[in-house]
Amino acid sequence: MVEFALPKNSKLQKGKEFPIPKNAKNLKRIEVYRWDPDTEENPRIDVFHIDLNDCGPKVLDAVLKIKNEIDTTLAFRRSCREGVCGSCAMNVNGKNTLVCTKAISDYKGTIKIFPLPHMDVVKDLVADMTNFFAQYASIKPWIETQTPAPADSERLQSIDERKKLDGLYECVLCACCSTSCPSYWWNSDKYLGPAVLLQASRWLEDSRDENAGERLDELEDPYKLYRCHTIMSCTDTCPKGLNPAKAIADIKRLMAIRQEG
Amino acid sequence: MDYQTPLAKAKGLGSAKAGTGHFWMQRITAITLIPLSLWMVSYTQQLLGASHQDMILWLSGPLDTTLAIAWIVAAFYHAALGLQVVIEDYVHTEWMKISSIWLMKLTFLFFAIAAIVAIFRISMIG
Repeated sequence: MVEFALPKNSKLQKGKEFPIPKNAKNLKRIEVYRWDPDTEENPRIDVFHIDLNDCGPKVLDAVLKIKNEIDTTLAFRRSCREGVCGSCAMNVNGKNTLVCTKAISDYKGTIKIFPLPHMDVVKDLVADMTNFFAQYASIKPWIETQTPAPADSERLQSIDERKKLDGLYECVLCACCSTSCPSYWWNSDKYLGPAVLLQASRWLEDSRDENAGERLDELEDPYKLYRCHTIMSCTDTCPKGLNPAKAIADIKRLMAIRQEG
Repeated sequence: MDYQTPLAKAKGLGSAKAGTGHFWMQRITAITLIPLSLWMVSYTQQLLGASHQDMILWLSGPLDTTLAIAWIVAAFYHAALGLQVVIEDYVHTEWMKISSIWLMKLTFLFFAIAAIVAIFRISMIG
C-alpha cells in the first residue's frame, strides 16, 4: 500500500539553531531541512538567522549566504541563478519553486526550505533525480524522422507550426511540477509525471517529427499517462508559468482522436 | 543491490497499449449519468410516500423501465471504472491490486444484474 506516514528514520527532529548575527537590523529566520547520509541520525531542521540588509534579494542568495558564512556543510544544487538551468528546485514554505527566481520578500515570517517532496534525498536539499531523468530519456526527447533533411537547408517550420511549441519548449526540467503531483508521489515508478509528459507533448506537437504514432503507442498506458487525474498542482507550482496539465490533456485528446475519431 | 539501469527501470515492461478506452468510457458514463440521474432523482422524489401500486405502475412503463435499467448500467459501470483508478493509485502489491480490482468489478456486476432482475420482476410480475 501507499505509505501515508513517514518511516521511522525519516521523522524530522529539532536541529541546531545558529546564533543571531550581531548588529543585524533586518533579520529573517530561515529553517532548513538537513540530512546527512554518513550519519545514522534522522533528518533535522536547522534554524538560521540572516541579516537581509547584508544579503541578495532572492531565496538562493539566502541559501548561498548560509553556506558561505554560517554552515559550509549545507548541500544543495544551483548553477545559473536566473531560472534557466532548473537546478535549484526546492520546496519553500510548502510550494516547489526555483529559489533563484523567488524573492525573499515574497515570504512573510519564517522561510522553511525543504528538498523536493517525495523524492529520495541524497543530502540536505539535494533530491535524487535518477528516475526522473531516466523517465525523460524513455520518451526519446529528440526528433525522429524517416525523411532525410533537405540537402540545402534545415527542416523548416511555418510560424504557426513553431507557435505550437510555445509553452512547451521553455520547460527547464526542474521537476517542481512532477514532485508536487500526488499521483507522481504514489506511482513515480510507473507514472511519467507532468514534466516528462509536457516534454512528450513538445515532441508530439513538433511539425518536423515523424513519429507521433509510435510516441502515442508508448504513452498509451494506465500508468505512464493515465495516472494524471487533473489535480493541477503541476500548473499551480510551475516556476516558469507553464501549464503541464494542459499538455497532458492535449496528449489525452490525441489518444481519444486516434481511437474514437 | 541491483545493476539494472535507471532507464530499464523507468521503461519497465513497456506500454500496456490500453487506458484510452477506460478514460473515454469514464467520461462518457459521467456525461450520460447527468440526465439519467436528474430523471431518477425527480421520479423518486415524486414517488416518496406513493403506494406500492403506484410504484409498480411507474416502473412498468416501457420508457421508465428502460431508463431505470440504463441508469443502473451507467452508474455501476462508472463506479467500477472510478474505483479501479482508486485501487490502482493506492494498492501497490501486484497480486493484491489485481485481485481487489476483479473482486470489486465482479461484485459490482453481481449487484447490477441483481438490480436489473429486480426491475424486470417488478415490471413484469408486479
